[in-house]
Amino acid sequence: MKSAIGGKDLQHTLMLREQIARPISTVGRLVITLIEQSGAIFILLGKILRSSIHLWRNRHLVLDQMLLIGVYSLPLVSIIAVFTGAVSAWQAAYQFEGLVSLDYLGAGTSTAIFIELGPVLTGIILAGRVGSSIAAELGTMKVTEQIDALESLAIDPVHYLALPRFCAATIMTPVLTIFADFVALLGAFIVTNVLLGQSAHIFFDSAQSTFELRSLLGGLTKAVVFGATIALIGCYVGFQTSGGAEGVGRATIQAFVLSSAVILMNDYVLATIIF
Amino acid sequence: MIEIRNLQKSFNGKPVLRGVDLEIQKGESQIIIGRSGCGKSVLLKHIIGLVKPDAGQIFIDGDEVTSASTRDLYRLRRKFGMLFQGAALFDSMTVEENVALGVREHRMFDEAEINRRVAEKLELVGLPNTQPLKPSELSGGMKKRVGLARALMMDPEFVLYDEPTTGLDPITSDAINDLIIECNQKLGVTSIVVTHDMTSAYKVGNRFAMLHEGQVIFTGTTEEVRNTNHPVVRQFIEGRAEGPLQID
Repeated sequence: MKSAIGGKDLQHTLMLREQIARPISTVGRLVITLIEQSGAIFILLGKILRSSIHLWRNRHLVLDQMLLIGVYSLPLVSIIAVFTGAVSAWQAAYQFEGLVSLDYLGAGTSTAIFIELGPVLTGIILAGRVGSSIAAELGTMKVTEQIDALESLAIDPVHYLALPRFCAATIMTPVLTIFADFVALLGAFIVTNVLLGQSAHIFFDSAQSTFELRSLLGGLTKAVVFGATIALIGCYVGFQTSGGAEGVGRATIQAFVLSSAVILMNDYVLATIIF
Repeated sequence: MIEIRNLQKSFNGKPVLRGVDLEIQKGESQIIIGRSGCGKSVLLKHIIGLVKPDAGQIFIDGDEVTSASTRDLYRLRRKFGMLFQGAALFDSMTVEENVALGVREHRMFDEAEINRRVAEKLELVGLPNTQPLKPSELSGGMKKRVGLARALMMDPEFVLYDEPTTGLDPITSDAINDLIIECNQKLGVTSIVVTHDMTSAYKVGNRFAMLHEGQVIFTGTTEEVRNTNHPVVRQFIEGRAEGPLQID
């Protein structure tokens, strides 16, 4: 009788222990995966940087990617930037009402656009448009053995595929950010001028009065990091793809989600360092 | 010469190669047969260093592939050409760019010589004047032939063929077989052909090896494989459902 009770207690203790251990081991596995993947991404970054000594030789590949990543993203960046500028002016006017003179709308919106909205929105747009397209392209190449074919021709895929995309995204993201900054400012001005009746003179005088080169350069520094992040994650996810068409679909989503999350994390870290 | 010693490889804990030993002499046309999923393509990818083994060694003319540095591996790969199962042509490039990619990247010749060689290799595989076409405009057989032209472009000593006739009609398959024989005899390259198409195997091969349960269970000449009494090899080459090999 006593041993039956003891056996029940032991069973209960084991069950309890398992219930406690399961979430801990799940978290542990997640942490290990995160560390492994971060390590693998940094190893890829190291390989890309090491192969950059041959960059000049494959400059035509970089220019092709600059066209794809930069020029072809202009329409989307323009549409999103103009509406972001417009909505930020409208929301700022709503918040300023009764507290701050609307003459400061130009100052408020331009500072927000240069240091935060321009780089972050451009980064997120490119994570969706460029990061996922890099992952899909390289992922398709992986599952159809095109990357193996490159290797069989003694061509390093990091050098041939990842380096041009990495350089092009790192160069073009700040260029697109400058463009987005000014288009967003234009959107803000249109709303201020057409809907709130403020003159161009007041809006741009206000914007100019608080303009600091540091804000613009800080925003562009963020954009450089975001561009590198997008290409690096897109390439990493693409090279890791397996499992046919389903795997390519998964890689596309993974690249976007991961890049967006890392962009926002980097944004916080860089904001605390720069500003 | 290619020497494979005790090659072992597992994927996700599932052993695929369990100690493969094989020697391939220069100039041979070595056929590797075996059931689907038995590790034939994995073995081929080990030879060219696309997959790292868990244990074992591969030597190419005395140079070890398995422990080679990245630089040495790329140097060794220049001795090889590989025709992939789905041809693995680069979708975004034309036929000319596909075929010329290797020599162009390694700057082996000037542009005029590259153009001449591309035309020559495409002529060899029976696809003259197809340089401006995109892979999407080619049939399955044409893609394989372009893949072969690409594999031959750097004048390799060894050409690896991964299921060269799979998915092709019998006439196109025969044309591919003729090309493999031509490359072996005319250009003097060593062919290593992974296949389960016995018609093709008998036509192009002069040495056979059968892979079963991760090991080489038979090696021999065409005559020896035709006359073997090994029950597994017999069942496979005769294509019978009854026998020691069970359907999965």
